[in-house]
Amino acid sequence: MRNLVFRLVSAIPVLILVSVMVFSLLHLLPGDPATAILGNEASPEAIAALNEKLGMNKPIIVQYGDWVYNLFHGNLGNSMVDNTPVTKLIAQRLPATLELTVGAFVVAIIIALPSGILSAARPGTWIDHVCTFISMLGMSIPHFWLGMMMILFFAVKLGLLPASGYVSLTQDPVANMEAMIMPMIATGFRQSAVLMRMVRSSMLDVMNADYIRTAVAKGLSERAVLVGQALRNAMIPVVTTSGLLIASLLGGLVITETIFSIPGFGKLMIDSVFRRDFTTVQGSILIVAVFVIIVNIIVDVLYTFIDPRIKLDKEDK
Amino acid sequence: MENNRTRRQSVMRMICARFIRDRQAMVGAVLVCILVLTALSASVIAPFDPIFGQNYDMVLQNPGTGSYMLGTDELGRDTFSRLVYGSRFTLAAAVIPVAFAMIIGIPIGVYAGYKGGFMDQWVIMRVVDAFQAFPSLILALALAAVLGGGFTNAMIAIGIGFLPNFIRITRSQVMSVRNLDYIQASKSVGCSDLSIAVFHILPNILPILLVQMTLSMASAVIAEAGLSYMGIGASPEQPSWGSMLRISQGYLSVQPWMAVWPGISISAIVLGFNLFGDGLRRAIDSKVRH
Repeated sequence: MRNLVFRLVSAIPVLILVSVMVFSLLHLLPGDPATAILGNEASPEAIAALNEKLGMNKPIIVQYGDWVYNLFHGNLGNSMVDNTPVTKLIAQRLPATLELTVGAFVVAIIIALPSGILSAARPGTWIDHVCTFISMLGMSIPHFWLGMMMILFFAVKLGLLPASGYVSLTQDPVANMEAMIMPMIATGFRQSAVLMRMVRSSMLDVMNADYIRTAVAKGLSERAVLVGQALRNAMIPVVTTSGLLIASLLGGLVITETIFSIPGFGKLMIDSVFRRDFTTVQGSILIVAVFVIIVNIIVDVLYTFIDPRIKLDKEDK
Repeated sequence: MENNRTRRQSVMRMICARFIRDRQAMVGAVLVCILVLTALSASVIAPFDPIFGQNYDMVLQNPGTGSYMLGTDELGRDTFSRLVYGSRFTLAAAVIPVAFAMIIGIPIGVYAGYKGGFMDQWVIMRVVDAFQAFPSLILALALAAVLGGGFTNAMIAIGIGFLPNFIRITRSQVMSVRNLDYIQASKSVGCSDLSIAVFHILPNILPILLVQMTLSMASAVIAEAGLSYMGIGASPEQPSWGSMLRISQGYLSVQPWMAVWPGISISAIVLGFNLFGDGLRRAIDSKVRH
């Protein structure tokens, strides 16, 4: 309990730092933000008006205070391009990204768990070598190239799946799956590689433990030992790395959504970068960072529940 | 002291010997060497100019047409020459961000791990946490939004993305050795903190940092390719493998080979760095085990 409190308390300075970093983004713009946004040709009146609107004339502490006040009221500001509230833009794009994240994560687990268990059960055999080699490929092939090659093969050559175009899940589940399966596999394959190595090495560690030897000596079948005893322990790294995995998934999705033209959160971010829509970039980045922090706290807490031997390390090693 | 040095040398020699006997590690080393050699001698190897070698009569050719070994792009430029010059961007992408992260991250990590206390727990590590809340590609996007795209900014962004990792690893390694007898002994004979850090702690944690360096180089190559692919890394006319992929996407149904070669090159180099790093890790682990 004390550890949980420590974990929550130590998240507070992190959240404050993250908010300061995201807030500073607009102020890092070279020169005057309004000029940077409107361009050099803009009239001085327009620049002054925008500065006024952005609240740039106030002292920086007051600006930060206003910004945080608005955050707590669910207001991330309005888009600089079409004045839509940023929260609305993000809410529109979130379902596609959530679906992709969950899908890619499921793909990663479907590949990683069996292959990790198999290679740990038969270390040094051809099965182990094949699984390890595939995971090495997964770590080395850029997922956006894998995506392109899948488009080339399944869409252009075979014509089995659409190359791009998104249909929402509620509108038409079949068409949605057709559009989403390639991006899910392309993103999930890379994550599966990391996860498979984790599962394999932690299973190998566990397989040498006394209690497994006891289970084997008692005459339990290999299957019962693997699934019933070892797997539970091997799940620990799966849970602990899932925080990191989800963070890197979110980063990777920016590219995946671009390749497959999926109107998700990542596409919103990259489009806003190109349209110089700074408030939207700012809002989206803040959401991602807060999301990652929350996921990590949940993971840390789950971690202690799954394995009672582990106590949250105060030293934060 | 003399004895200590001999022992250190023999440990290093043992790691090297194990590394050389490791077949996978050697495949990795060969792939990395090919990259370095290609980048250094690009102007000798490449038969055509990678940027201005346009030939509008020979656009989007298949591999093996005329003297174009791997075909041509949409402006009739030789794909092979562009790949060869692209290796320079890849090598830079592997070295610059990682060097940046190591030069800044290792001293901070050593300080935090060695000193501990408030500074470590509530300042350094919380800043590290804050940085880690931003996935590195998203951090790069944010920087691109503010500073503009381009290869240099991409390098900085990727480097900042690696920083927390290096601080964390260095710190935990330092914490695992700081209470060992020989460190305490150096303290008791009056060595300064700085000399303990540089002469006694760093050499001990160096192998682990080298593993981390190699594996980070693999991620850096992918990150650069990804940023250039999205159009916020190298500019389209620069023959970075990521920008080549970006251009190729528009011609995927007409000339798929344009997308195949850069992808294979990126994968091969990343595989090389990964195998290298893994081999190094195995060599060090067996040192520990024996």
